[in-house]
Amino acid sequence: MKDDLIFKTASAQRKALLAKEISAKELLDLTYERIEKTEPQVESFNSLTKELAYETAKCVDEKISKGENLPLLAGVPLALKDNMCAKNSFTTASSKILANFKSPYNATVVEKLNENLIPIVGKANLDEFAMGSSTENSATKTTKNPWNLNKVPGGSSGGSAAAVAACQSTLALGSDTGGSIRLPASFCGIVGIKPTYGRVSRYGLIAFASSLDQIGPFARNVEDAALLLGAIAGHDKNDQTSIDLPVADYSKALNTDVKGLKIGFVKELLSEGTQPEVKAAIEAALKSYEAMGAEIVEVSIPHVKYSIGVYYILATAEASSNLARFDGVKYGYRTQEAESLIEMYKKTRAEGFGDEVKRRIMLGTYALSSGYYDAYYKKAQQLRTIIKNDFDKVFEKVDLMVTPTCPTTAFDIGSKSSDPLAMYLMDICTITSNLAGVPAMSIPCGFDNDGMPIGLQLIAPILGEETMIKAAYSFEQANDFNKIAKL
Amino acid sequence: MATMEELRKKYEVVIGLEVHAQLKTKSKIFCEDGTEFGLEPNSQSSPISLGMPGVLPILNKAVVDMGILTGLALNCEIPEFCKFDRKQYFYADLPKGYQISQFDKPIAINGSIKIDGKTIGITRAHLEEDAGKLVHAGADGIAGSSYSLVDLNRAGTPLLEIVSEPDIRSSDEAKAYVEELRNIVKYIGVCDGNLEEGSMRCDVNISVRPWGQKEFGTRAEIKNVNSFRALQRAVEFEIDRQIEIVEEGGQVVQETRLWNEAEGITKSMRSKEEAHDYRYFPEPDLMPLQISKEWIERVKSTMPELPEQKRQRYIDKGLSEYDARVIVEQMETALFFDQVIDKVSNIKTALNYLMGDITAYLKENKININETKLTPERLVGLIDLIEKGTISNNIGKKIITIMLETGDHAKDIVEKQGLSVISDDSAIREIAQKIVDANPEQVEAYKGGRDKLFGFFVGQVMKETKGRANPQVINDILKELLS
Repeated sequence: MKDDLIFKTASAQRKALLAKEISAKELLDLTYERIEKTEPQVESFNSLTKELAYETAKCVDEKISKGENLPLLAGVPLALKDNMCAKNSFTTASSKILANFKSPYNATVVEKLNENLIPIVGKANLDEFAMGSSTENSATKTTKNPWNLNKVPGGSSGGSAAAVAACQSTLALGSDTGGSIRLPASFCGIVGIKPTYGRVSRYGLIAFASSLDQIGPFARNVEDAALLLGAIAGHDKNDQTSIDLPVADYSKALNTDVKGLKIGFVKELLSEGTQPEVKAAIEAALKSYEAMGAEIVEVSIPHVKYSIGVYYILATAEASSNLARFDGVKYGYRTQEAESLIEMYKKTRAEGFGDEVKRRIMLGTYALSSGYYDAYYKKAQQLRTIIKNDFDKVFEKVDLMVTPTCPTTAFDIGSKSSDPLAMYLMDICTITSNLAGVPAMSIPCGFDNDGMPIGLQLIAPILGEETMIKAAYSFEQANDFNKIAKL
Repeated sequence: MATMEELRKKYEVVIGLEVHAQLKTKSKIFCEDGTEFGLEPNSQSSPISLGMPGVLPILNKAVVDMGILTGLALNCEIPEFCKFDRKQYFYADLPKGYQISQFDKPIAINGSIKIDGKTIGITRAHLEEDAGKLVHAGADGIAGSSYSLVDLNRAGTPLLEIVSEPDIRSSDEAKAYVEELRNIVKYIGVCDGNLEEGSMRCDVNISVRPWGQKEFGTRAEIKNVNSFRALQRAVEFEIDRQIEIVEEGGQVVQETRLWNEAEGITKSMRSKEEAHDYRYFPEPDLMPLQISKEWIERVKSTMPELPEQKRQRYIDKGLSEYDARVIVEQMETALFFDQVIDKVSNIKTALNYLMGDITAYLKENKININETKLTPERLVGLIDLIEKGTISNNIGKKIITIMLETGDHAKDIVEKQGLSVISDDSAIREIAQKIVDANPEQVEAYKGGRDKLFGFFVGQVMKETKGRANPQVINDILKELLS
């Protein structure tokens, strides 16, 4: 009975902790046993942070024994994507260039996890610097999808999603620049939220594309994800792009009152390219909402066809700048042989970065170059504004939008790695919400013929997390798609 | 063959200056590190200034205030909207691989200042962060050095880059412009204005064209100009270099050149083709700045008297233009002068002391007036004693040094040392008579026509009275006794 707790939700784990059926330390022991058993197959983690986790568990157990108030997620094990800094632990971004880097400081989200006594069990694998949709671009290891070990977990937060799906942790944090939380949540059959841009501090998140990056939660159900979002959200003086408004109590959104809710399905994102089972699952989901009393309308984001192009110009332009600091001077990898400073830079970066990262640095550098700036970067910014306007217009008519999270389910490892464009197209449904800055999430909504999970994406207006969570929770209550992968 | 002097007359010189002023904030522009100078390398650093993965800049509002204040002092417009951009290049002293600067929407635009009645346009002033410093082991420069150390104490220090219009026409004007800029930033308290220590640095854009030609000649940018002397010498050298090229039918190359102080020449650093493509783009980690009218008004209300206004006020008080200019050049002394100007019995005497003995003392000891023990009230006291005739000017000059060192009242020094003027004629007459009696030969010679010996008698009386006798009285009495 006790042993089953790691497969349960955070609220079940909390109950057991408060009832003293299990201690936080024991819960961690079970978690690490699970990791030890499943990690050789799944390979979710770049490193484990046992010392850190047990320290937090000790605080939790002390509080319980003293009968003190316990934060809602205290003692619930969490996997941290390895592009967020935790003091004195390895933070590699799954890159050779940061292979031995230990952060001297805590990311704001890590501070918040500590305040909430959420133990960080380890640093989860990702596509190098969060650049990818399958976690195959990691320099450290290839994470597998717990539902089928021959398939990718999605990316870039593949390690985080796989860890939660494989019950190696109850919760995880990921980062989402163009779908990096939602896509792996969809592929791994769990819940993943990309909050409104600025709702969660980016301080301590290794930047990929600053104007698009956002940290968000993974969990095996909507409630856990909502509570974790509540724990990490909020204004931060260390991030000037964070929103200076109070955080809503997301637990209050955990109700099924969706009567009269206007839900728009985006016609452009349910097109012929969509895998038939995915299309069917989405249509069934819409019916389910209708049955709950929501109103379904067709909506259009006319400029969605430009979103991939816009995204890959803006994201790579920012990335080319953000990754300039990895130069071998101050920390991280430095080439062994160089005769001059310039040669040291060139060799360090040539040897330290993987192919996809180099490809994006080159793309971004080109887009910002003198003579090309107006044609690429500036034009992309203008289109970004137009896409935002598209969203504003739609949200005048509906409360939420619904799309598949991804046109397909998880694909085979290696099947797309030689075709970057096919890989980029995986992001078609998720990218636009990053461009518009709006919140979006993925929840399980079915399985394909091979038993691979399908994700339903909900998109809300700026700071519309409560509506979005309510709709997600309602769907989850009315259906039964949240399953545990058999390993 | 025409001499250089003749050739120079054929050409008009066109100069524009880019001056970097280091802003005197307590903390850096994008983090809370201190900005104090000369501390242990890398002791003024944090994950943010070290460019650690994941860090973000936090804009220091005090820097914006100083940017606005300087903009206003330079008669600039402060646009409602300004933003930060990333300027990208690789160098070991630039931790992030980019410098946060302002590209197309700077904090201040369209200003001007006056130098000697001529208006020099200010194109713009923008905020940015400074880079760190490299220390090359075993050599002055990177050449010949076996390794280099990076000190990031300075990285992130706020700078305001002030860009002039190409309105400057000579090395004298260039110097006058930088001097006035320095005065302004010092008086408004945003910068130390020290070229030698690097708190103010300037790059010179310079070209020549035959008189009457409308288009500008090709310009060269001169860097590493670290003093007013270097500025003038570099400009002079560059003017001649460019004129020679044009005279020989050549083309001036657009390039960046370094002033070499030791050799007294400029040397090519990089050409236009080698120039960096900085790939500027808007800094996504910082929100654009909306500067309200209220914000500008609040900053404006803290504006002190500017150098130009101060000079005019002094002139209105009766100072010569020259005196007004010279004292305003020394800010601490001028501010001290402001505290005595309305209290002192004779402004001119006070000014003479400040610009004469006091300035000499300050220069000798390499300090400013606030680092001495002299207070404005005590200087007023000294001038009063002189004006009332209690002490002579000579005695005044002696005791000012004591006052600078001890901070004592002039009156007390005079009393303690018995330095007041002997105003009793009979006492002086007695001394004078004694000297006349003791020097019969000189008296004979004087009376025989050697007029110059009169000075000898005056000197003897002065010596005997230790300088306390009124020279006019001595003159009168001696003339009478020797007639």
